[in-house]
Formats: sequence, structure tokens, C-alpha cells
Amino acid sequence: MTTSTPPKKNNWSWRSQAFRGLIYQVIAIVVIGLAGWFLVHNTLENMRIRGIQSGFDFLTQPAGFDIGESLYPFDSGEHYWAAFLVGLTNTLRVAIIGIVITTVLGTLLGIGRFSRNALVRGLCSAYVEFFRNVPVLLQLLMWYLLFTEMLPASYEAWQVGNFYLSKGGLIFPVPVWAAGHAWALAGLVAGLLLAWVYRKWAFTQFEATGQLRSMFWAPVAIVSAMAVLGWVLGGAPTEMNTPSKGDFAIENGGALTPEFLAVLLGLSIYTAAFVAEVVRAGIQSVSRGQAEAAAALGLSKGQEMRLVMLPQALRVIIPPMTNQYLNLTKNSSLAVAIGYPDVVSIANTALNQTGRAVECIAIVMLVYLTTSLSTSLLMNWYNDRAAIKER
Amino acid sequence: MTAKTFEPIAPRPAPVRTDGPVAWAKQNLFADWKTSAGTLMILGLLLWWAPQFFNWAVVNAMWRPDAEACRADGIGACWGVVAEKYRLIIFGRYPFDEQWRPLVATCLMVGLLVISCIRYCWKPWLPVVCVAVLAAFFTLMYGDTMGLTKVETDRWGGLPLTILLASLSIVMAFPIALVVALGRRSNLPAIRSFCTIYVELIRGVPLISVLFMASFMFPLFMPQGLTIDVLIRVLVGITLFAAAYMAEVIRGGLQAIPKGQIEAAATLGLSYWQTQFKIVLPQALAMVVPGIMNNFIAIFKDTSLVTIVSLYELTGALGLALNSDADWRPYKIEGYLFIAMIYFGFCFAMSRYSLWVEKQVNKSKLR
Repeated sequence: MTTSTPPKKNNWSWRSQAFRGLIYQVIAIVVIGLAGWFLVHNTLENMRIRGIQSGFDFLTQPAGFDIGESLYPFDSGEHYWAAFLVGLTNTLRVAIIGIVITTVLGTLLGIGRFSRNALVRGLCSAYVEFFRNVPVLLQLLMWYLLFTEMLPASYEAWQVGNFYLSKGGLIFPVPVWAAGHAWALAGLVAGLLLAWVYRKWAFTQFEATGQLRSMFWAPVAIVSAMAVLGWVLGGAPTEMNTPSKGDFAIENGGALTPEFLAVLLGLSIYTAAFVAEVVRAGIQSVSRGQAEAAAALGLSKGQEMRLVMLPQALRVIIPPMTNQYLNLTKNSSLAVAIGYPDVVSIANTALNQTGRAVECIAIVMLVYLTTSLSTSLLMNWYNDRAAIKER
Repeated sequence: MTAKTFEPIAPRPAPVRTDGPVAWAKQNLFADWKTSAGTLMILGLLLWWAPQFFNWAVVNAMWRPDAEACRADGIGACWGVVAEKYRLIIFGRYPFDEQWRPLVATCLMVGLLVISCIRYCWKPWLPVVCVAVLAAFFTLMYGDTMGLTKVETDRWGGLPLTILLASLSIVMAFPIALVVALGRRSNLPAIRSFCTIYVELIRGVPLISVLFMASFMFPLFMPQGLTIDVLIRVLVGITLFAAAYMAEVIRGGLQAIPKGQIEAAATLGLSYWQTQFKIVLPQALAMVVPGIMNNFIAIFKDTSLVTIVSLYELTGALGLALNSDADWRPYKIEGYLFIAMIYFGFCFAMSRYSLWVEKQVNKSKLR
């Protein structure tokens, strides 16, 4: 009996898949490398010919322009990097507040599409269809127009209590900073810690004895009681910086500019339409049997939602919700169109003043990349927690 | 023996009607006191608000292009602004006397979009028609042949530009997205990482920074003496942007194909490309048609951003028409509503179509 050995595979033959793969990869690297070199070479050459300076040294030069609004004072004598920082805080401010508003609004709309009331269902789906199908830039421009043209001038502002709404924006009373507020803040932190400890204790008690304790209202009461206690200990400061009607404008008080309001409202309302769809899909993904089983076990409607439906729906909701949060953050760059000084708008001004296109655009991209990647990391961590625990 | 008298059993009440408008309203509007209260509240708000809106938009509206009349007291919406400026809004800065050309071109393009959505027309001649329509579009818009005067691309604007940017970028993005999606699932680490970096990089930055790059940095990238039209630069930017998003959609479809399909193809001796083109892609692409339609809607809306880099598509053309005209500037909100309705019409039609496609795709699974 003769044994035939299979022909030895030649590792360096064109018929070897591994070898072909290696060749393809080398070709890809060479082509992309050449393309990259071509672009960089052209850029350097063009910059040399046109006499464009490059480098990030301009960041430490005085900016020379004022910024319409910022969380903290900024004047034109400060450096470019400080201006970029102001832009970044403005972007984050709009994005974070917008995410909170859009989550609440979108969830309500999404749940509203399951309402037993046909009018609520109809209104929710009309909202979603309308706001989803009109470009967000157009919506921002419309809100801005409403805020700057349709509202009354600031000397005849609409007034509700101590709140004034006019072309000058929304003006509201703010508490004057006093040591008592620091105390209240400390009390709040202590309350949060205490509430966390209480919840842990209540949960172990529940597991040991089966006795259910308040898991929501009691912690809330602890947190608010501690905050009030801190405020009282700090001398209970009540002085407010209340706005008042002057001859030409409203004086004092804190203010939200029309630009900020337009960006915030436009982005939240637009994104809420998408969030509503995400929430609806999530709730629909939980089978009806789950709700019926929960009812059969005697859970109340609230418990059914909280303990059975939501944990399962969240698994489906979280990944697309992350995308919507990122979209909102990225869309906040459209603020440049209505003059809200976000990071893109600052970069645009800096670009026009210094001519350093590459650097300014690189900074913008870096900012958004960092925000996007860190948000997705955070949400992935949460997603892992919410994922099905399998053996 | 007593005579048995016939005693009929009392008839049962007729069943409650569970269909018809009254039953529907009882079930959906007045089921219990909470729903009833909600219904009454919403109805009250609607009754208070809807007539006001109707009066503003229709009854008291001014339809004639007469700015003086619009300024009179008690006049609601001034649709005259649309009547006066519609040519500027829809065609942008295109030469006034030549505007029949973008009109015909837009109609051709919309017609093409419509027939490529109809199943009956999915025949081999469709790509030929596509190329022909695109050629006709560019000939009409650019001119310089057949007795048409030349119109530079910087005068193009309005709706034709919106439709051109959206449809061309989505068509060009598709092959790129296909390659990138396959590349992201490749076994070759170099190719996989290039594709991953590309997708994550583009998806991590806003479109506007890509557009800024296309308009400010692109000229620096090119060799000396070579200048590329701003329309083409922006088109390239939107295409690269759309491709990254579409690649993720296609990758979702690829991941949904069970491994057994690929193993079966390998058993039959199919090569990598044969496996992809004959087995994997036909199934995966059918699955992701709704996703791609969503991409198309998103890109259609996103074309409004090119107004920030000074191309006057629909949104930009409105600003162009009204910003410099003191008479009509106060009625900008009506102009915005007008173009919002145009965008809404296109996007809503597409989303309905995507629902229909989804149904068609699922049909094969229901058997």
C-alpha cells in the first residue's frame, strides 16, 4: 500500500491565501502612504509658496476679539487658547443641557405613542414626523428668527414674576453668591453619600428579610434635607440678584442669550423626535407576554414598567440613544450659523484672523473626536452593565 | 295533566358594537376618566389654538406680492413673499432668463428618482437612463454647448443644487461604503484598521468641519496650479461623509448573515469575491435598504449645511433672496415655512417609501 502525502504547501506561492493577504496589505499600505505623502507634500509646498505660517504657536498670542457670551469673563486681550476654551465650554453647555431636555421630551413622546388616548398618539406621531423631516439647520434659523424678530423689544419685555423674555433673551433672578451656598453644596454632597449608604442598607435588608423599604422617596428626602440643613447652617442666605426694568434694557439678573436659547431649543426639539422613535422601538421590542406575566405576578403598573419592561427595553434603547446624544453634540456645531460662540464659531474667527486653516480645523476635529469617543466609552460601559447577564 | 305553555327565554341583549366610530371613540378617547380628561384638555387647546393659526395662515393671509399691503394692520401671514421671490428661492442666483434650464433639469432628476423607486422599472435599462439623465442635467445646467450659454457652477443654486448634492453624493458614496464595510470585516489587519479608522474618524466629527475642510483646506492639498471647483470639493466632502455612515449600515446587514452561509459557500469552492457578491451581499443589501433610505434622507437634510460654506442651495437661496431686501425681510418666517414644506415633502415621501420597502423585504421572510 502506498501512502501519498499531500503536496507540501508552499508558503510563498500566489495560491497561498496568507501570502496573497500579505501582498494586498502591503499594496494598501503603500497606496495609502503615497496618497498621504502626496497630500502632506502639496500642503507644505502650497504653504511655503503662499507664505502661510504654520504651527500652534498662535495659541499663545492675544486673541483680539470679544466673545458674545461665556460662562466666565473673557476679554479680547486674552490668548487664543483661552478663547478656544470659552468656545469649548459653550459647546459643552449647550450639549449637556440639550441632552437632558431631549431625553425627557423624547421619552415622553415615545411613551405617548402607546397612550390609550388616540389624540395623544396622533399628536406624538405628528410631532415626530414633522420635526424629523425638516433640516435641523432650518429649524435653528427659524427659532433664532422667532427669538430675535418676533419677541418684543427689551423695554417692553414679557414678564412672568421676575422672569423677563424679550429680544434680549431670557433674564432671570440669580442668588448672590454667599458662604451659605457652599454650605448647601456640601450638604448636598453629604446627602448624596448618605442616600447611597441608605439604599445599600435598604437593599441588603430587603434581600435578608423581604421587607420592602422606600427606595426612591426616602433617598430624595435625605438629599434635600441635608442640602437645606447645610443652607441653614451657612446662615440661610436669601439675597437674590433680581432683574428690574430699566429705561432701555433690563438690568441685573442672569441672562440666557437668544442665540443660546435658539440653539438649545432647536437641537432639543429636533433630536427629541429621533429619541422618541428610539424609545418606541425599545418598548416595542419587549414582548407583550412580559407585561402580562408581570401583571399575573401581581406587580403594579409602576413596578411592571420599572422592574420588568424598562430594564429589557433599555438594552435595545441604549446603543441608538448614544448615537442620538452624539448627533446632538455634533449638530451643536451648527450654532455657527446663528452666531452662538461655540468652538466651531471661535475656530472660524481664529481662522479668518490668523489664516491657519489646518490648525484651526484640526482643533475642532480633535474636540469633537474626544467628545464622541469619550461619550461612546461611557455609554459602552453602561451598556455592558445593562446587557443580558449570561452564564 | 297540565298543558305546557311555551315560555320563551328572555332574549339576550345584542352584543355591544366593537367597531364603528362611536365604539372607537369610546375606546380610544373616553375609556376612563383620565383619558376623557386628557381628550377634553387637548381638544380645548386645539380648539383655542387651531382657529388662530388658521386665521393667520389662510383667512387673514396676503397672497398677492404686495409688501405695502402686508404691512397693514390685521394681516396674517404674508405669502406674497413666496409669490414675489419664488424664482430666487428655488433657483438661487441662476441667470433669470435661463431658469427654464434648471427647471427642466430638476424635473428630469426628480423623475429619475421616482422611477428608480418603482419596482417595475428595476430593469437593466435603469442605469443607462441614470447616466443619460445625469448627462442631460449637467448639460442643461452648465450649458456652453448646443446654443446654451455657459453658466458657471457658482451661479447654481436652490432646489436643483440640493437635489444634485443629495443624489450624487449618495450614489457615489455607495460603492465606497460597500468596500469599506467589507474591509471592516476583513481578516487582513492592515485593511481592517484603515477602514475602522476612516469610519470612526468621519463619524466622530460634525459634517460642518468636513465642509470647512473641503472649502478651506482642500485647495492646499492639491498640487500648484490645479484648482478644483468648490461644488466638486463640497460634493467630495459630503460623499466621504455619507460613505462612512452608509458603511456602518451595510456592516450591520453583513453581520446579520449567519456564518453557515459563508461556510456553505466555502464548501462549494467559491472564492472570497464570489462568496461576497453571490451569497452575502444580495441578502445583506436587501436587509439594509431601509437603513440606506434613512441615510439618503439624512443627507438630503444635511445638504442644507453647504450654505455655511457659501453655496446657495435652498436654505442659502432663501437668505440670499430676503436678507438684502428691506421690504420683504420682515416676512422671512413665511419663506422659512415655504422651504420647510419643500424639505418636508421630499423627506416624508422618502420615509413612506422606506416603510414600503421594509414591508416588501419582510414579505419574503413571511412565506
